[in-house]
Amino acid sequence: MWSWIPQNGSLIWTLTWENAKLGVLPALYGLIISLPLGFVAARWRWVFPPMLGVVNVLYAVPSLALFIALIPAFGLTDTTVSIALTVFSLCVILPNVVAGLQGVPPAVKQAATAMGYGRIRRLVTVELPLAVPVIIAGLRIGVVSGISLASVGQLIGVSSLGYLFTDGLQRSFPTEIWVGLVLVVALALVCDLILIVVRRALTPWAAR
Amino acid sequence: MIIFDAVTKRYPDGTVAVDSLDLEVPDGKTMVLVGPSGCGKTTSLRMINRLVEPSSGTILLNGTDIRQGNPALLRRGIGYVIQQTGLFPHRTVEDNVATVPVLNGWSRKKARDRARELLTLVGLDPGLARRYPHQLSGGQQQRVGVARALAADPPVLLMDEPFSAVDPVVRASLQDQLLALQAELRKTIVLVTHDIEEAIKVGDLVALFRPHGKLAQLAPPAELLASPADDYVAGFVGFDRGIRRLSFVSTGALELSAGPVLPADATVATARAAGAAWILVTEPGDGSPRGWLDTAKLAALPAGTPLAEVPAEGGGHSFTVGTDSLRAALDAAVLSPAGQAVGVGEDGRVAGVASFDQLRAAIRAAETERQQVEQRP
Repeated sequence: MWSWIPQNGSLIWTLTWENAKLGVLPALYGLIISLPLGFVAARWRWVFPPMLGVVNVLYAVPSLALFIALIPAFGLTDTTVSIALTVFSLCVILPNVVAGLQGVPPAVKQAATAMGYGRIRRLVTVELPLAVPVIIAGLRIGVVSGISLASVGQLIGVSSLGYLFTDGLQRSFPTEIWVGLVLVVALALVCDLILIVVRRALTPWAAR
Repeated sequence: MIIFDAVTKRYPDGTVAVDSLDLEVPDGKTMVLVGPSGCGKTTSLRMINRLVEPSSGTILLNGTDIRQGNPALLRRGIGYVIQQTGLFPHRTVEDNVATVPVLNGWSRKKARDRARELLTLVGLDPGLARRYPHQLSGGQQQRVGVARALAADPPVLLMDEPFSAVDPVVRASLQDQLLALQAELRKTIVLVTHDIEEAIKVGDLVALFRPHGKLAQLAPPAELLASPADDYVAGFVGFDRGIRRLSFVSTGALELSAGPVLPADATVATARAAGAAWILVTEPGDGSPRGWLDTAKLAALPAGTPLAEVPAEGGGHSFTVGTDSLRAALDAAVLSPAGQAVGVGEDGRVAGVASFDQLRAAIRAAETERQQVEQRP
């Protein structure tokens, strides 16, 4: 029964790649959207609680329900899954962007202003780099949960490692389910490790 | 020249942080703002670089109202040092120091070269240039903070409790460094501290604040100690202001006695013959002080014993005649078992000893001279 694996090597590889794209790209979209929202929330603090409220309500929506809600507009496509997963990743990344920016020591911000930084330049060249460790911590959660949620996309027919679960279940073939499970976890771990490496590269200054 | 003209800072809740402050900081001088917490000293400082905007009144910098023009540009011409250093954790030491030159459009290379010069100037090894702030000690970080403030060679330097977060030994060395830098650079410095000792040590002028932003007295340190304006100032300055004031009086005019001083190779017989209760023993070679000998303890010893073999009492320190202050001399006398201060020359050789009577005479003379100076029109 393990011979199933080499026989289906190209299928497994394709599904893994699809799942990776479907899991990672929405997290990156979520990051891109979170940055400006985070800047606004860190600058005008009263904006953050309502913003967080909306984001949390969205996060509470079951993934399958959100996929189904998006189908009328985008059909049974990658786009539907990507949009849903982007919303979910936004929910975990945005609070970290805000926390990261707010965590910059006040003395550092004050010194930057007193040196003659303008507001935008201070944000981009001082506050953002210092928020990187916290932002990447959020991105790691976004990517890992994205990879696992992407497999649910299979239920609306979007290709991912979820195929191995549904197909294995229909054929009562546990090997296939195990392979899918191991690959989802392995994929998540690899992406997480990559992000750890990225964080270390971006923050050579951090005390370890 | 920085001029505060009737400057008030009132917060929306009605708290008055600074109350109609008039103050002039002359060019090239160090003005220390000192006072208890909540006296408005830090607020006053921050109004100079517009981190805080006054509610009313005007601040002039070299004759120009600081509210004219872009605050960021104003700030690039004013160095700023704070207690928590505010160094950028994500930038190396050299890039921290290069901050303002880079903001002013210098090339990174030129700014880094300048940064290394400044590290040397503030007494840091340029080998630290590539380190990150967290890899330095508190004292080193504070020096980097000073270097960063000086990088674009601003004429004005604002320092907010710059040395409060380090231990007393490091603090003293940073203060000495500031005095040495200031002797060379002649910046217009406004320094905030709650430590009156620090104010007296580093200030050319001391502005002592009352709570709620009122100026209690503005005077040079020696005058603040000698003639406090009222009980509040006297209380803040402390009950030992009489002794501290002696820091500003030289030992140049202090009368010294020649002895009894004997080299360590003299004998017990010579010491007995000197007929004094205490004898200062010196090293035979360089003439530096070795310690005090109680002649009462010589009775049982053979006459030919060299003094080097008799245990001498150390006790405290000597003072350098002409360089050290009367305060150092008085302290030396208090610590000496013989009650006499040992004065040495620049070469470390004993120049003579001063008794309490001689110290008192010097203190009186200095006081008389000070009063004459004050009464002169």
